[in-house]
Amino acid sequence: MAVYLTKESKVLVQGMTGGEGMKHTRRMIAAGTDVVGGVNPRKAGRTVDFGDRAVPVFGSVADGMRSTGADVTVVFVPPAFARSAVTEAADAGIGLAVVITEGVPVHDSVAFTTYAKARGTRVIGPNCPGLISPGQSNAGIIPADIAKPGRIGLVSKSGTLTYQLMYELRDIGFSTCVGIGGDPVVGTTHIDCLTAFEDDPDTDLVVLIGEIGGDAEERAAAHIRDHITKPVVGYLAGFTAPEGKTMGHAGAIVSGSSGTAQAKKVALEAAGVRVGSTPTETARLVLDLLGNRT
Amino acid sequence: MDLYEHQARELFEEHGIAVPRAEVTGSPKEAREIARRLGGRTVVKAQVKTGGRGKAGGVKLAANPAAAELTARQILGMDIKGHTVGAVMLAQPVDIESEFYVSYVLDRAAGRFLAIASAEGGTEIEEVATRRPDAVARIPIDPARGVTSAKAAEITAAAGLPAQAVDVLVRLWQVLVREDALLVEVNPLVRTRQGRLVALDGKVTLDDNAAFRQARWGGTAAEHGDPLEAAAAAKGLTYVKLDGEVGIIGNGAGLVMSTLDVVAGCGARPANFLDIGGGASAGVMADGLAVILSDPAVKSVLVNVFGGITACDAVAEGIVRALDTVRLTRPLVVRLDGNNAARGRAILDEHRHPLVEQATTMDGAARRAARLATAA
Repeated sequence: MAVYLTKESKVLVQGMTGGEGMKHTRRMIAAGTDVVGGVNPRKAGRTVDFGDRAVPVFGSVADGMRSTGADVTVVFVPPAFARSAVTEAADAGIGLAVVITEGVPVHDSVAFTTYAKARGTRVIGPNCPGLISPGQSNAGIIPADIAKPGRIGLVSKSGTLTYQLMYELRDIGFSTCVGIGGDPVVGTTHIDCLTAFEDDPDTDLVVLIGEIGGDAEERAAAHIRDHITKPVVGYLAGFTAPEGKTMGHAGAIVSGSSGTAQAKKVALEAAGVRVGSTPTETARLVLDLLGNRT
Repeated sequence: MDLYEHQARELFEEHGIAVPRAEVTGSPKEAREIARRLGGRTVVKAQVKTGGRGKAGGVKLAANPAAAELTARQILGMDIKGHTVGAVMLAQPVDIESEFYVSYVLDRAAGRFLAIASAEGGTEIEEVATRRPDAVARIPIDPARGVTSAKAAEITAAAGLPAQAVDVLVRLWQVLVREDALLVEVNPLVRTRQGRLVALDGKVTLDDNAAFRQARWGGTAAEHGDPLEAAAAAKGLTYVKLDGEVGIIGNGAGLVMSTLDVVAGCGARPANFLDIGGGASAGVMADGLAVILSDPAVKSVLVNVFGGITACDAVAEGIVRALDTVRLTRPLVVRLDGNNAARGRAILDEHRHPLVEQATTMDGAARRAARLATAA
């Protein structure tokens, strides 16, 4: 097994016929993803040839789901259209919408994550690299050949740090790596992924990558303390980053947290999470823990 | 992007929220004229995008137009937490009976906007929120419904605000939605002795992602105090100047932040943050390196790239291209891994520049760059 995405997943691509959509659909197929269709109302009825596979284009997510049984959509549309793309996917009742699109207005993200949640659609992203269950399926832009399948779960705000940690632990391997995106509002949080990994019989340990801003890591720490029994290893970026933009008095009132990397580290360590000071040291902590268990 | 107080004031006024009469200027002489137009007595307020203006001496009462000119002269050019005052706003004084606080702010954890309101407004609001959380109402807003009169009445009652606040809260929500703001804050919202509610000071943060549909503030978006930051922005690079001596280039904000941390952990200070982004071409890499090398404080440069979408051979070609146009006088440490890393390393090996060396790990590269910078 894995979380959210398995070899059984049937994947639609919204925005498949655009430049990024074409490039990454080709890579997803090469990684073994069962891409069953693209969605573009203006190109419905055509097929796009990806060498190994001819992929039909549907006029809507609903049409694509009816014809193929798709249960996942990957969204590559431009930022101005992300809201309508996710709304359409949620209306069609798809289980998972992975929004790769970068630069989505926050008011739109608030609207579509709330809308999708009310209809039972899980949103991952926006502004994320997607997720990969190595050896099974890849929904998004994470390079498929970095790491082999294994029993580590990974959840991260940052794309390139995901790649770095996957590379460090490439020989141990991963059940699923989820890039949740670094935008202020995302559909799936660290906590959601921790819960999913806790319930996944094929995940033994979770790597959690965070960065400055917000209080998602502090919340994750509280959740780990109370609900997670599997070992968690953390890495945080941004100890020396320049002070970000302040949000007036309101930001501090909302979270009661400074959002600094140090505050997040303290919170995670208090919850029993071992936090590495560099990506390489983080990988070493993982190896130590796994070594102790076997 | 944060707006200046006078821009926030303008938005509030457009949406029918009462604000003091006020005008903005960068000239002390004009300040005198404005004070005359406003009736003589004015409050002179530095226009800077940072808090704590009052404590820094950036907000002063001027009794008459001559005093306004003098005060404006003192405040203009003043440095407030690293921000140079380029303009002052002169506002008619308001007869304050009581001060309230209202804002809408993004609650990241909940993925919604939150109304925050208190009958105890003013500069101590954060303290009030910490010491007596009950004095501050926090009410989440359903994005599908927004703030209706009924919702505004709920917020007003929860915070113990006067009844006129309902109208202010509805209008303030319109400001948030129509302007694609991430924060609108009125602090203080004052009740005058005449019983009117007036937004005395405000803060608005706009969403940069929405700039494509909010053309109005386009001209004010590109503000870069630092000339290197401006040059980098012109080339589409995310560059932030810092105080140290190790120049840093990487791909992806997370990895670059991490690189800064690892360099700092080796006892050196990062000179900058520079993210060339995903899928960067040789041209982008060359531009980035040129920006970093034009910083005289840089004593060594660290290139740390993990190629996911980015191809390491393109990064290597960018480095070689930059070396053809910029004379390298400081050592460059390069760590390439991931997509096409072997080809990238081979390109640099062939080029054989005496000041360019490669490292096989991120930690090793950071240690080496830090040592070169501190030894220089």
